[in-house]
Amino acid sequence: MSKNRPVFLDLWRIRLPITGWASILHRISGVVLVLTTPYGVYLFGLSLSGPAGFADAASHLSSGLVRVLLLMLAWSFLHHLFAGIRFLMLDLGLGIDRTGARKSAWVAVSAAVAVALIGWGIRL
Amino acid sequence: MSRRASGLKAWAVQRATAVYLAGFSLYLVLHLFLAPPVDYLAWRDWVAGPAVSVAFLLFVPALLAHAWVGIRDVLIDYVKPIGVRVSLLALLAFALVASGLWALQALFLLRMG
Repeated sequence: MSKNRPVFLDLWRIRLPITGWASILHRISGVVLVLTTPYGVYLFGLSLSGPAGFADAASHLSSGLVRVLLLMLAWSFLHHLFAGIRFLMLDLGLGIDRTGARKSAWVAVSAAVAVALIGWGIRL
Repeated sequence: MSRRASGLKAWAVQRATAVYLAGFSLYLVLHLFLAPPVDYLAWRDWVAGPAVSVAFLLFVPALLAHAWVGIRDVLIDYVKPIGVRVSLLALLAFALVASGLWALQALFLLRMG
């Protein structure tokens, strides 16, 4: 393989199709979820350490900055879930035609944003 | 058979764990969203219940395996210098195992306490 292959990586000019967005956002949301896992484990342990720890964890979750973080986490979880279910369906051969794949990508990408905002609005 | 999670095996591990993680995490999130625990005792009793505690014990290794395969794929795709890549993979493995043990510790302390 030639090492001088032309590479076009101007991120502002690449027009990614919606299926590409579903894919790259699946990666980004996965990385976000992994990076916040230690924090989740910390809160899990704290909340189970006793009544005082439970109160600490609860008040922690209702602080301003954490609430914004929770919106990002909610989106990451939902996108990873919806796009992941879509990938599993593609693996099973469901909806692999171009129109079907584009439709399901739109559904996964927009449902994640919509459900995250609605859930965040209701609970926080 | 190779014990390393690579190639087709990693692909299969990623999908098998995905199904479990999707199911339990959806249940967990819906429970916390629709019926948030009112106090410590309610939360502890829910987590320590026979079905939920076993589900959590299974959740930990499933999450670790899924995170390992996923982040490893990302690092292999974007981090080309081999020294940096291996260092990040080592850091990832360490952080994942530490997080997993930490979570298991919380679950086992609950059982004893």
